[in-house]
Amino acid sequence: MIGNFSLTYLAYMVQSIGWTLVLSALAFVLGMAGGFLVMLGRISPRRWLRLPTQIFIEAIQGIPLLILLFIVYFGLSVYGFELPSIVAAALALMVYTSAYLGDIWRGCVEAMPRAQWEAAECLSFSRWQTLRLVIIPQAVRLSLPPTIGFLVQIIKMTSLASVIGFVELTRAGQIINNSIFQPFLVFSLVGVFYFVLCYPLSRWSASLEDRLNVGNR
Amino acid sequence: MHFSLNFAPLAPYWPVFLEGAWLTLKMTVFSVVIGTALGTLVAFAKRSRHRLLSRLCGIYIESVRNTPFLVQIFLLYFGLASIGVHLPTFTASVLAMVINIGAYAAEIIRAGLESVPRGQIEAAECLGLSKWRIAWHVMLQPAIEKVYPSLTTQFILMMQASAIASQISAEELTAVANTVQSDTFRSLETYIVVAALYLALSLLVKLVAWAAGEYFFKRRRTVRRAAAQTAQAARRRAAAARAGRPDVSGTSSGNATQRSAS
Repeated sequence: MIGNFSLTYLAYMVQSIGWTLVLSALAFVLGMAGGFLVMLGRISPRRWLRLPTQIFIEAIQGIPLLILLFIVYFGLSVYGFELPSIVAAALALMVYTSAYLGDIWRGCVEAMPRAQWEAAECLSFSRWQTLRLVIIPQAVRLSLPPTIGFLVQIIKMTSLASVIGFVELTRAGQIINNSIFQPFLVFSLVGVFYFVLCYPLSRWSASLEDRLNVGNR
Repeated sequence: MHFSLNFAPLAPYWPVFLEGAWLTLKMTVFSVVIGTALGTLVAFAKRSRHRLLSRLCGIYIESVRNTPFLVQIFLLYFGLASIGVHLPTFTASVLAMVINIGAYAAEIIRAGLESVPRGQIEAAECLGLSKWRIAWHVMLQPAIEKVYPSLTTQFILMMQASAIASQISAEELTAVANTVQSDTFRSLETYIVVAALYLALSLLVKLVAWAAGEYFFKRRRTVRRAAAQTAQAARRRAAAARAGRPDVSGTSSGNATQRSAS
């Protein structure tokens, strides 16, 4: 059965892992920037900022990523924005990631004891100073495991970019499968590659979580 | 290029949209119910003393959690077809969803089971409860109640993941959207409508999950009723105090005020 699966196909697959990683990195970096803003908006003392951010989060969390991708890729093209598929995928993933990361980080910031805010206020720190010097350094420690856990999700979610024709790992698998029709072998291999990418991160996230809990106990 | 949103051409398609949404909902319900049952079994098996069994469950959980749903569904649909098992798209997608949610639910429920204090299980053993009754009454019920919020989140994520089933052309909401947009050439509007429908479905799932939680978790109801009663009693006492009739009868304040009124 493995007969006509040649090394060329394997090389092509390995090459496409690079694109999966590029897209994941793009989504993660952009999503982190967006997520930071979302987090700031969500904990803002101003109601007119807090409310739209919450609506944004709720809306994005209620819509499948696939639909977001379609909106960005097919939807925007009628406005004349003919985006290349990598830009569309990165954009959709960014929006999606920023909603989820923003919500995760908000939880971490809000988990900081009230007294820390008050102490910073007594030192007459501005709000931005309080966040930068007091709250965020502590919240980062707390947010590390879920953020890495979400990175695993992002790597897996980049597989959806195959739907709009971006050639990453899953799309490469589809292309190879179309030419040799051995779906069982090809998609198992694709799955194994994703596993190799994601499993170390999952373990890292889990071990960080354990260590953090020990610190808290 | 001038362009404005125009939803009118979509109006004739609303039964198609509803049908797609209905299929999405059906897939979600099937996979959630079967998947949670599977997840519960796997969670118990993962904790069992048989090393082989717990290792196998670990492999299942990790391999599902670390590969994309899209690849799983391809593997199941095309992979099984290549060895001669042709599943209908609906069955294949529900099966993929069950396998997927089984792993996630197992992890969540296991976390709940682990949070049950050892002492409670020992206490139940001392009372002579059977193994099954301990598993059901002492471990599973409180565990599920504790992890219910994250389980609900997972259900909603699963509902959204069902969109991916459109890739093996199961005729659910997303596939319907693709058909409609190629019919009407109104892609942005179509996808906005579908996004709104998914939002509505998410809210529906949340609502149903909340209602089910209220119904099944007796303790939550009892606690809330007790809290309401205390609050009511306090309010009555405060009212009585304001009216100049100091009420000292404590918990039976309702009867006391009634008696003094009559």
